[in-house]
Amino acid sequence: MSLALALKTGDVSRLPSRRDEDWRWTDLRGLIRTIPTESPAFLGDVGAGPFDALADGSVVIVNGWVREGDPAPETGVLALRFVSRGDATAHDAEFAVTVAPGQTLTVLESYEGQGAGGYLANIGLDFSVGEGARLERIVLVDDLADAVTVSTADVALAPGARFAQTILTTGARRQRLETRVAHPGAHAELRLDGIYLLDKQRHADLTTQVTHGGVDGTTSQLTKGMVDDQARGVFQGRIIVQPGADQTDARMGHHALIMSDKAEVDAKPELLIFADDVSCAHGNTIGALDEQAIFYARQRGIPELEARAMLTEAFVGEVVERIEHEPARQLARAWVAQHLGRSIL
Amino acid sequence: MLNIQNLHARVEDKAILKGVTLDVPAGEVHAIMGPNGAGKSTLSYVLTGRGGYEVTEGSTSLNGEDLLALDANERQRRARGEDEIAAPAFLKLAREKAASLKIDFEMLKRGLNVGFSGGEKKRMEIFQMAMLSPKFLILDETDSGLDIDALKIVSEGVNALRGPERGMLVITHYQRLLDYIKPDRVHVLAAGRIVASGGPELALQLEAEGYDKYASAAA
Repeated sequence: MSLALALKTGDVSRLPSRRDEDWRWTDLRGLIRTIPTESPAFLGDVGAGPFDALADGSVVIVNGWVREGDPAPETGVLALRFVSRGDATAHDAEFAVTVAPGQTLTVLESYEGQGAGGYLANIGLDFSVGEGARLERIVLVDDLADAVTVSTADVALAPGARFAQTILTTGARRQRLETRVAHPGAHAELRLDGIYLLDKQRHADLTTQVTHGGVDGTTSQLTKGMVDDQARGVFQGRIIVQPGADQTDARMGHHALIMSDKAEVDAKPELLIFADDVSCAHGNTIGALDEQAIFYARQRGIPELEARAMLTEAFVGEVVERIEHEPARQLARAWVAQHLGRSIL
Repeated sequence: MLNIQNLHARVEDKAILKGVTLDVPAGEVHAIMGPNGAGKSTLSYVLTGRGGYEVTEGSTSLNGEDLLALDANERQRRARGEDEIAAPAFLKLAREKAASLKIDFEMLKRGLNVGFSGGEKKRMEIFQMAMLSPKFLILDETDSGLDIDALKIVSEGVNALRGPERGMLVITHYQRLLDYIKPDRVHVLAAGRIVASGGPELALQLEAEGYDKYASAAA
């Protein structure tokens, strides 16, 4: 069951539904009654992407069509833009990134919903990180409120490789951002982070699956989110340590703030450990903002709404600070502030 | 300056303040002392507008303006002293104030109160106070958790703000703080009422004799 299969066959019964354990909180079958027609190619101007100024080269994919442009850089910084400009239509896109052994690449990926019509977008990504290579992927997701988006990234790490990821999203009508990593151990390092800031009826699902297949691998995960109004945040993190993957060191954290009685967060951390000598931990918290801290700010003349935004910004800021690429980190910081209704000086 | 008239307040069904009347004119420092549960902190919360406290009777005003009608953050704005300030001048002022309070400027680059020790938090309070230089100050248990050195620094910060235009209400458990911040008047709060008022000597008398006689007087 997958969105890709449903789009290919036009058969809604192929959509993942709440009967599929991994999709129980992100039901597509119950939402989509018929498969929409294919989005037409859009040849007009799509404007500048959020990361253009930081990149050495860019790839722009609009409604699944790759625009002609400069070839993607193999090292340095790549801006990868997925632009959706639908009209109650659907599209598919795929892209693959390979980092040669010993090389370093930063991928600044953006999802940009444009125009007024809704869309159903399915995006598949492949990342292959060679021996001793480094790849940092930073993803800004700005979908339209009535969009349905599924993005699935498959990541293969070679020994000694490093992959670091931060996804920042404001959700969509329904949205799933999934990352699956084949981790060989062998001193490869993985960081998988995420931030979701959801309001109104938006939904975001950050799902990860990491399979440690060999000795000496590390994984560090930190996801933080805020849900307001009737929004729903989903975090599913699965770490599998296969037999023989000794000395694995894996840490997973997910922490969420609920700002309204009708908002919801569903979290499922899963550690499946089949090796003996490993260090794995997960922590998961869901709560409200500290009223004491809000009063502290108000006593200093800061209005309540601003105080709430400041505290939320500080809460998710811990994830932003883990972004290694400095200009992208600054941009992410500003993105968070903007989506919390605060302007950064 | 600060005027409190027959203030009654409760938390849920429990009456805590039972008719507090107090007048702190500009230029004076008044201390409020009292045993545990007397309502000292409630008084400061009601004055500053914290949620959960219901005023059932009485009034409070600052320079004639009704405080109870204002939101917590609006009250603070009324009490604030400074004019608008340009960023470089602000930074210069921050460096000066930090240096005078022996705060390492590097500390100001950290997240506020994240991983701060009790003393560091208090010092940061005093720093914020020095930066905001409010017209009226309410210091609630400012001395708790401070060692003698920190207490001196905090007191010097407070004393530096004393002036003819400014009033202060210092709420404390122990007389110790008043060795460093000399009050003009001392009031004893017991069982939700001010039961005695006097000069600085009253604090010393309390230290020697305890609150017992006031507890019975209030009951």
